[in-house]
Amino acid sequence: MKLVSFHLMPYRPLDLEQAAKHRSAWVVLPNRLYDPVKGAEEYARHIDALVYAEALGFDAIGVNEHHQTAYGLMPAPNLIASALIQRTSRVQIAILGRALPLVNNPIYIAEEFAMLDNLSKGRIIAGFVRGIGSEYHSSGTNPYFSHERFHEAHDLIVRAWTEPGPFPFHGDHFSLQYVNLWPRPYQSPHPPIWIPSQGSSETVAWASHPDRKYPFLVTFSSGDLVARYHTTYRERAREYGYEAASEQLGWACPIYIAETDERARAEAGHAVETLFNDFLRQTFEMLMPPGYTSIGSMKNFISSRRALGGGRMTAEGLIESGTALIGSPKTVLAGIERMRERTGFGILVALLQFGVLSDELTLRNMDMFAAEVMPHLRD
Amino acid sequence: MPAQTTELRVREVRIKLHRAGSGPTVLFLHGAGGVPQWLPFFDLLAEDYELLVPEHPGFGGSDDPPWIRSMPDLAMFYLDLVEEAGLDGIHVIGNSLGGWLAAEILIRDRARFKSLVQLAPAGIRVQGVPCGDNFIWGPEEALRNLYYDQSFADRILAVKPSDEQMDVMLKNRFTVAKFGWQPRWYNPDLEKWLHRIKLPALVIWGGDDKIMPREYAGLWRERLPDARLILLPECGHLPHVEHAETVARHVHDFLKGAAR
Repeated sequence: MKLVSFHLMPYRPLDLEQAAKHRSAWVVLPNRLYDPVKGAEEYARHIDALVYAEALGFDAIGVNEHHQTAYGLMPAPNLIASALIQRTSRVQIAILGRALPLVNNPIYIAEEFAMLDNLSKGRIIAGFVRGIGSEYHSSGTNPYFSHERFHEAHDLIVRAWTEPGPFPFHGDHFSLQYVNLWPRPYQSPHPPIWIPSQGSSETVAWASHPDRKYPFLVTFSSGDLVARYHTTYRERAREYGYEAASEQLGWACPIYIAETDERARAEAGHAVETLFNDFLRQTFEMLMPPGYTSIGSMKNFISSRRALGGGRMTAEGLIESGTALIGSPKTVLAGIERMRERTGFGILVALLQFGVLSDELTLRNMDMFAAEVMPHLRD
Repeated sequence: MPAQTTELRVREVRIKLHRAGSGPTVLFLHGAGGVPQWLPFFDLLAEDYELLVPEHPGFGGSDDPPWIRSMPDLAMFYLDLVEEAGLDGIHVIGNSLGGWLAAEILIRDRARFKSLVQLAPAGIRVQGVPCGDNFIWGPEEALRNLYYDQSFADRILAVKPSDEQMDVMLKNRFTVAKFGWQPRWYNPDLEKWLHRIKLPALVIWGGDDKIMPREYAGLWRERLPDARLILLPECGHLPHVEHAETVARHVHDFLKGAAR
């Protein structure tokens, strides 16, 4: 199994009480709640934790992009990736991912990834996402054209990486007389492309297509939903006439390990609750701007949300539903193996720091994972 | 005056059209909410006019052709529509997004039009005076922000919408995003052409509009070559709903005067 140590870089010093007075921790959370002195320290500690993952034997370290939120301090994840390249030598660096529809010229994304691939001598994994709903509020990008812009930007970037330049590209959203990438990517034909997603059926069908066969990472979902999306991917692949490999199925999950279940819950319970209740807190209108998904998907989302009900999520509930793996090495390993039996997934994206989890507990969690769980996941 | 509902077909697009009354043609262009019901204001107009209330492509019971992608597209479509329907001497009334649409139509071709009534139109921007963000508001908040008199919102909130009504609301919301999300509620290329609308115009604005603030009214009056402005106190974004009789009276007076 491929193991990724993933980080969101949350702003942990956030005054949660103050933050709760606002509509969301995204888009409208006043940035006076950000203290640059504390924030700079956060960057330093979070980068240390990511770098440490190399020494522990992880295959990759992962970062991602979010805007105007305390949930993650990486509006420009490639800047962090660049710093990580300088402090590591072997590990792959996965940017999971860059939000293609939000930019007005996707060539800049193609260029940045190509630079990183050269700087790292081929250690880059390029994640492509649409950005979450809130990012259509913060960037102003029209969610109605999100899918169109994603597909067009994807085509442009892959062509820029692979076709001899210069060549012209004239789409509905992006039009360029000269596409001519300097530098070209280090990896041939280009860095691997991964698709992190909350599991929209449109994205599953697109990622699993034989022209692409992109690894599909399900993020922050209950165990049942993860299994359902993996199964849908496999079914799609079969409809397309091939069997999906385990390397095409990924699962991104908050994980915390301590000696016993009790201790793990005591140490990480509050932190995982802050991740889901405080840092991820968004309204429906922010999560699901009109057109971001098809009308059908949006109606499904509305009814599933209605079934879930409101209120704060508890660590217990998150563990029970398999949304987070928190417990002894045995418990966590069993959770991973159970999913492996259900779906045969082959990429585990472990979120080993989440919410307000401290540096000390984060590093211990990483040590425990590497010592007690990792050896059992090596195929 | 009971409304008839018919279907128009324009370039293979089916358009649901409500109509009532007889006399000179008044074309009402609805706003972001579509036409969820026949309004008392419509009855008041239908006493003296043939009132046409089409549902725009992408709204309510009308088709949603993928090639209509912007307000200029929608305006061109409406020029096809009035031509194919053989309409002429039209008095057009637009509210909010419908007012924006009216302006986009008239800067392109006003030959078949006689006058313009604008009810809190979108479409242009006043720097430093942001519109309300009805995309980030929750459903109740968005509804309440439409009205000055909250009893209008209370009455709507008291009735749970049917699944069909929910579907229409969702469809309308998608289309509204397509046209109005970016740039938010305006076309940067509209304001500079408003002088082309050489028709008598009446601009009516609610003094307590939380969507399109009243500061916008002055810019419309300034840019339209022949416009009068009426500011209604204690009135939100839907003057024809909140003050149906007053607005209908102003419109009647206006249409009987210069516009005839």
